[in-house]
Amino acid sequence: MKKSSDFEFDDLQGLLRFGYGKLTDTCFMLLNIANVDLAKQWLNTVPINSAITKDPPPDTAVQIAFSVEGLRALGLKESVVDGFSDEFIVGMAGDESRSRRLGDVGRNAPQRWKWGGNAAQVPHVLLLLYARKGNIEAWRKTVEGEHFSRAFLLLEELPTLYIGDIESFGFHDGISQPTIDWMQRQSTDIHERDSFSNLLAVGEMVLGYPNEYGQYTARPLIDPRKDKLATLLPNAKNDPAWKDFGRNGTYLVLRHLGQDVAGFWQFLDKVSDHMPQKREQLAAAMLGRERNGTPLIAERIPGIPREDHWNDFTFDQDPNGNHCPLGAHIRRSNPRTGDLPPGVNGFISRLIKILGFGQRSDEDLVASSRFHRLLRRGRSYGPALAPEDAIKPDAPASERGLQFICLVANISRQFEFVQNAWTMNSKFNGVQEERDPLLGNREPLMSGEGTDHFNCPGQSGPMQKTSHLPQFVTTHGGGYFFMPGLRALKYISALPANGSDSHHDEDQEPDTKSYSQFSDSAATH
Amino acid sequence: MTPQSSFMIAATVRAGQLTNLRALLTSMNKIPGHADPDNVLISFNKFDRLHFARFVIIEAKTAHEIKEFGVTPRPWRPALAFLCDIDGDIHTFLVELMELAESGLKKIFSHCEGITEEDQNLLEWMKAHNINANANYVNWIGRTVRQIHEEAELHRSLSTYLQKIVDDVGRENVHALRQKLLSHVEMEKYKGRLMLSPPEPTPTEWKVRNLLHKIGMPLVILLLSPLLLVIAPFFALRLRMLERSEPELFIRPGRNHLTELTVQEDWDVTNQYSVFGDVKPGLFRLLTFKFILLLTDYFARHIYNRGFLARIKTIHFARWVLMDNNHRVFFASNYDGSHESYMDDFINKVGWGLNLIFSNAVGYPTTRWIIKEGAHREHAFKYTQRRHQIPTEVWYKAYPGLTAVDLARNSRIRQSMEIRQSNDAEIREWLSLI
Repeated sequence: MKKSSDFEFDDLQGLLRFGYGKLTDTCFMLLNIANVDLAKQWLNTVPINSAITKDPPPDTAVQIAFSVEGLRALGLKESVVDGFSDEFIVGMAGDESRSRRLGDVGRNAPQRWKWGGNAAQVPHVLLLLYARKGNIEAWRKTVEGEHFSRAFLLLEELPTLYIGDIESFGFHDGISQPTIDWMQRQSTDIHERDSFSNLLAVGEMVLGYPNEYGQYTARPLIDPRKDKLATLLPNAKNDPAWKDFGRNGTYLVLRHLGQDVAGFWQFLDKVSDHMPQKREQLAAAMLGRERNGTPLIAERIPGIPREDHWNDFTFDQDPNGNHCPLGAHIRRSNPRTGDLPPGVNGFISRLIKILGFGQRSDEDLVASSRFHRLLRRGRSYGPALAPEDAIKPDAPASERGLQFICLVANISRQFEFVQNAWTMNSKFNGVQEERDPLLGNREPLMSGEGTDHFNCPGQSGPMQKTSHLPQFVTTHGGGYFFMPGLRALKYISALPANGSDSHHDEDQEPDTKSYSQFSDSAATH
Repeated sequence: MTPQSSFMIAATVRAGQLTNLRALLTSMNKIPGHADPDNVLISFNKFDRLHFARFVIIEAKTAHEIKEFGVTPRPWRPALAFLCDIDGDIHTFLVELMELAESGLKKIFSHCEGITEEDQNLLEWMKAHNINANANYVNWIGRTVRQIHEEAELHRSLSTYLQKIVDDVGRENVHALRQKLLSHVEMEKYKGRLMLSPPEPTPTEWKVRNLLHKIGMPLVILLLSPLLLVIAPFFALRLRMLERSEPELFIRPGRNHLTELTVQEDWDVTNQYSVFGDVKPGLFRLLTFKFILLLTDYFARHIYNRGFLARIKTIHFARWVLMDNNHRVFFASNYDGSHESYMDDFINKVGWGLNLIFSNAVGYPTTRWIIKEGAHREHAFKYTQRRHQIPTEVWYKAYPGLTAVDLARNSRIRQSMEIRQSNDAEIREWLSLI
């Protein structure tokens, strides 16, 4: 039996294991590298928190992640960079087709972003600082040290503000999170995962470990015989002759999301005929939970710890969305589906389900959730605004929103899939003319069909339709970052200058592999 | 009921004409890869029997991969393929095509060998170049384009009217709601704003052939079953031998290639997919492939013809075509959702089925007992299917904005409307769909 002490928590950045919820004050900085040598010196000394549990827990934390341009600026060879996924290399705003897929069109279009929208100028580094209340400035000074302002150029200090356990609209936040199976106890075999489990394979969040397919996600591997520096790195578990630059690292997806809090509550108030109870009901239906976090589904499932009592449910008993609407935010972002539709209780019924029989035409439309989970680590910004105040015409105006952060091992299968197939999809689970009631843009389809509805199915028959939803959330920025393991960070800070490589001759065999080769040379440099 | 048919006219592109042809095809598009439905060469929207159409230039970009099997790649010259999924029979549709788009078609096909713009026998040429699919899938056999449009209009009309009356009549008052909706439809029909054509009679010839096929196939297999039983152990042995020894190709698709493909995707709720590759060398793989495709076609025709292909409810039309004297395979489909979700659906829901079919093609990830692993080797699978995918130069869908699930719902709404519903629960369910 594996013990938790067996896991290499000392090589993981802490954010993969902790949300640092007690460290309420934060400073998120987007940096460019101004002086490569000074930046590396600083990287070599910065006290990045590992994922080891400390008693007492730390009073401060610092975490770091790099964009592809950042890694290039620090001299990571292009052959290593090529080992990363295409999404990471091209970037969140680097391809119009991706923007279309992510719903970053219209008001969300990268051309209108505050930062990160110009693919040619993505920020190099994302630095995340955490401290107890009132201590962030002192901690920032400590972390920055002497030469920081010469090593880095501060592009943007992303606003964050602690307003309690709620996000800006006023809902209790951060409830639905996967539990990472650090000990790798749960089977990923398709025959044993018929129903939803909140326990998730390490490889879904951390590179270098088996994922939910029982496979290793592609990542840069380096041949230590060709690159002496690579001896700093851990071995690749699935290919021990190679060193694993990705192991214990993860991709960090950052989205700067503006929330129109006053607009949201005022719209709800208007369509609820100014009745507070009706307003709250509609808000809860849109989210799928009441504001205090209570889910609209009362059913409980085994396997989720009792203390996580807001999280131990599935939607299996509510196929029509009579309790929690099919299009509700939490039902879209985590549909809690298993590998098979509910109702399997033996070989025959299993076979029937696999062959697709015995299902209504509007059943079994959603993919299995375990391949599309996100570990969320976002922080909100802007002063809290209670719904009662938000509905007043003189509601205090202020920028409010969320610095959405999620950690995933596969950006396209996890973040982009959830964003595209679930959140923004106006056909998700057979819904009609609606995107995510909170997050969605309201761009009509190419056919002219609208997407600005929200429907609450009901026992009585006709759906309760809410029409002409304004857009409540707007993307103001975003980027894909790589959050390396601590040994990989050492490797980065020890890289020779300018990406020149004294260790090997370019004509020889490649000294890196992305665990595969490209099919056209256009992709290699 | 009007059964659907499909055709694929394919011909080799004349030497030196590829660039011109591509430019000509691009001129038919409004946005990348999507036909302007009213373009001057072929006004697709004039054809009320046409569900989907596409022009693909089939190039063997992955032909070298077969070298891994110790086989010299066969030469392949780029070919132009014109695919249509239609209601009714092919002949009358081709005649209609000639009537409405002869000059455009000539302009396009004159880039191919064997036909010039001056030729008078385009119809014969097209028929001679039609390749029958080895397996064909239709989401709902008998559902016509006309029906789809009429039912979508019905749903829209019902939905708007229900919104208008629901608060006055009362949500709980389901009988009254139904009554009002039914009269509304009658009124709209009378005013000519709604039309609900009854289904055409099913062609007798088709009925007979379909029945013979339905009974004939199992009969033949039953007759051959002693032989199949004798072969089975040898088949299993040979299969495992090949699965263990065949090379697995793990090659990441290039980013330029991906960009070419993704620029055409996610404009509408439905996307197209065209893929082309080599059949694995050897008689064993070819026969297995043909047998599996035969079964696929049978199941698609007689069992999976009501809105689902095993657990997949997002495919409108799909076809598998063996080409180049059975050395290569072409697959085309029209699916709802993004490419990533299509592939994840495939892996998680019908990985076994994909394995059965495509494990006989070069580049497919290694399988075990022909149904296990394969597609579940996620990266290898996603790489190989993207690598073998080819851009679709021109693509037309007759009902943008509608998914296969939408179509099924619209049909249900109409059917439930046309039958007598007396029970409250039935009426509630009907109202909940609108």
